[in-house]
Amino acid sequence: MKTDSNAVHDLVSREYRWGFVSEVESEEVPPGLDEQTIRLISSKKNEPDFLLEWRLKAYRNWTTLREPHWANVQYAPIDYQSIVYYSAPKGRADGPQSLADVDPELLRTYERLGIPLQEQELLAGVAVDAVFDSVSVATTFRGKLAELGIIFCPFSEAAQNHPDLVRRWLGTVVPYTDNFFAALNSAVFTDGSFVYIPPGVRCPMELSTYFRINAAKTGQFERTLIIADAGSYVSYLEGCTAPMRDENQLHAAVVELVALDDAQIKYSTVQNWYPGDAEGRGGIYNFVTKRGKCLGRRSKISWTQVETGSAITWKYPSCILQGDESVGEFYSVALTGGRQQADTGTKMVHIGKRTKSTIVSKGISSGRGQNTYRGLVKIQPGADGARNFSQCDSMLLGDRCGAHTFPYIDVANPTATMEHEATTSKIGEDQMFYCQQRGISKEHAVSMIVNGFCRDVFRELPMEFAVEAQKLLEINLEGSVG
Amino acid sequence: MLEIRGLHASIGGIEILKGIDLTVRAGEVHAVMGPNGSGKSTLAAVLAGRESYEVTAGDVRYHGRDLLALAPEDRACEGLFLAFQYPVEIPGVTNLQFLKAAVNSRRKHRGQPELDAMDFLALVREKLALVGMDETFLRRPVNAGFSGGEKKRNEIFQMAVLEPELAILDETDSGLDIDALRIVADGVNRQRQPSRAIVLITHYQRLLEYIVPDFVHVLSEGRVVRSGDRSLALDLEARGYGWLDSDVAATPALGGSPG
Repeated sequence: MKTDSNAVHDLVSREYRWGFVSEVESEEVPPGLDEQTIRLISSKKNEPDFLLEWRLKAYRNWTTLREPHWANVQYAPIDYQSIVYYSAPKGRADGPQSLADVDPELLRTYERLGIPLQEQELLAGVAVDAVFDSVSVATTFRGKLAELGIIFCPFSEAAQNHPDLVRRWLGTVVPYTDNFFAALNSAVFTDGSFVYIPPGVRCPMELSTYFRINAAKTGQFERTLIIADAGSYVSYLEGCTAPMRDENQLHAAVVELVALDDAQIKYSTVQNWYPGDAEGRGGIYNFVTKRGKCLGRRSKISWTQVETGSAITWKYPSCILQGDESVGEFYSVALTGGRQQADTGTKMVHIGKRTKSTIVSKGISSGRGQNTYRGLVKIQPGADGARNFSQCDSMLLGDRCGAHTFPYIDVANPTATMEHEATTSKIGEDQMFYCQQRGISKEHAVSMIVNGFCRDVFRELPMEFAVEAQKLLEINLEGSVG
Repeated sequence: MLEIRGLHASIGGIEILKGIDLTVRAGEVHAVMGPNGSGKSTLAAVLAGRESYEVTAGDVRYHGRDLLALAPEDRACEGLFLAFQYPVEIPGVTNLQFLKAAVNSRRKHRGQPELDAMDFLALVREKLALVGMDETFLRRPVNAGFSGGEKKRNEIFQMAVLEPELAILDETDSGLDIDALRIVADGVNRQRQPSRAIVLITHYQRLLEYIVPDFVHVLSEGRVVRSGDRSLALDLEARGYGWLDSDVAATPALGGSPG
């Protein structure tokens, strides 16, 4: 039967809904990268000396590295000297004290993205550290969090107000020598979020940052550092959309998580950056290094991601399971349509005894999208009784897309238990007909079946985020089928 | 309600239906019987609008409208229901989600407001009893991991929720043990009503002991070769389909009861 590669193709070829450029004036440094640029960034941010030194070491290291090309993605060469490495919304120097001080144009931008900050503040109880371009402009609920000793602030502020914490933990999970993009980020990162949860504190609200790329030709280099001290708990949400662009934008973020004894970090991402037009022009290059270290005993780090955007995604949120009996989890939905390419997965490195990891990956390819799962489960010699469960499922919509799976398993301890399951499926003609016979349109049927396929991941997301993720998937699958 | 005239249909270039004529009025229960490969399930699929089948000639009127011109989902929204011979599994989608989507599609089609979660739950609870299923069933993914009997009961449950005007039951009795058959048949019988027509497609007479049809039609090689009342089914049971083959050429297609 003709289920309908054409119909499905129509379904997934939709226009990006959130493409627009807001007219906030940006303060930018000229394009290009050398030590002078880094000194300029550091001085503009009034950073302590140790940070500048660290940046410079990272930069010098970066100049010795070559861009990696082992991922299953293709793109035109990036000219790192044409990138603007610093851009801040104007008026930052005074710093907005409340939302009333924030540029109304910026607030309107958020509203068009469906992120009414004020409503969130009042209704949802979510503290938002909004990153617009490279500088955080609005942070809410800080007072309430401060009462509990929780620090949740822009990274640049943490560098000034909590230099000891930053100095102690920065680069301990993702060192600047880690990889090409992490080194670049370490040299030039302009802002991001910093979170510290003190011992025994359960963070009473989801901490949330909305990332957003705006000014033209501005690379985006965020750096996030989250430390959960002994016995604490935090759930962190990261979500983003981006305006329509004509040229590719490089995004090389670094996220570092540290969980001490009995601490838990839940990190959830909904990623919806501009994927490029039907020919793949103009989308975001999303080259991200995300890693968590379960340093303490019985600590737990859980990554959940829904990746629907970007022209290219290169991203492997990973866990280093160092503490005995620590737990790492990775739940992922990656949807590629149009000409999108995603090479994503995780690394679970078992070091401590009786460490446990779970990997659930759902890849959906449509249009001419290419979706690659790449994962490494490494059991080191000392990891007695380590366990891993991996499940990697792929779904193909249409016949011009691709799904690839590269699961690497490296076991150096005979007491380890490994389980791996993988499936590849298509939406069956019989499934479509069954739905249609019950009165459900093709479009609705596709989105329902895909949502069902992703259910194991969605239920790991906090409620509001799960709703948003489902809506996002629906919109991404939406098309012109009558 | 349903008028089929000279219906020809093929799949992959092979003609399966070779001129079907059938009239079904509201309130009637028709049984369509026939040996394997006679075109019974093809008839059901063509009426429901399965795209892999090509209609090459003929005309089907449903409430006077051209049924074949409607998309499958529109046929469903207009009240045509097919109970599948092999109900399809949809992993990760609960029965509740699936049925709510189906019910609300229909309501939208008819210009009625969509049901909210509470109203919908009240509706389905009432219907669950009809097929002897409990509420945990609603939270399970559609047909995934269901036994054969559960799948067939699910079809009849869906029929109860969707309240079709024309229900086509494609071999709903196949693969059921006697207890499950009774439950399913009972569920169907309770749904018989003057405004609803039911077409039972079955290989065996057995089902008709539980759901007594008003008319019985026998298909052979893509044509209706006999039509009659319930006694035709009993004859078939006694004499086997082989009896028809020797008889086909001599007997007019719309002849009465042969005994």
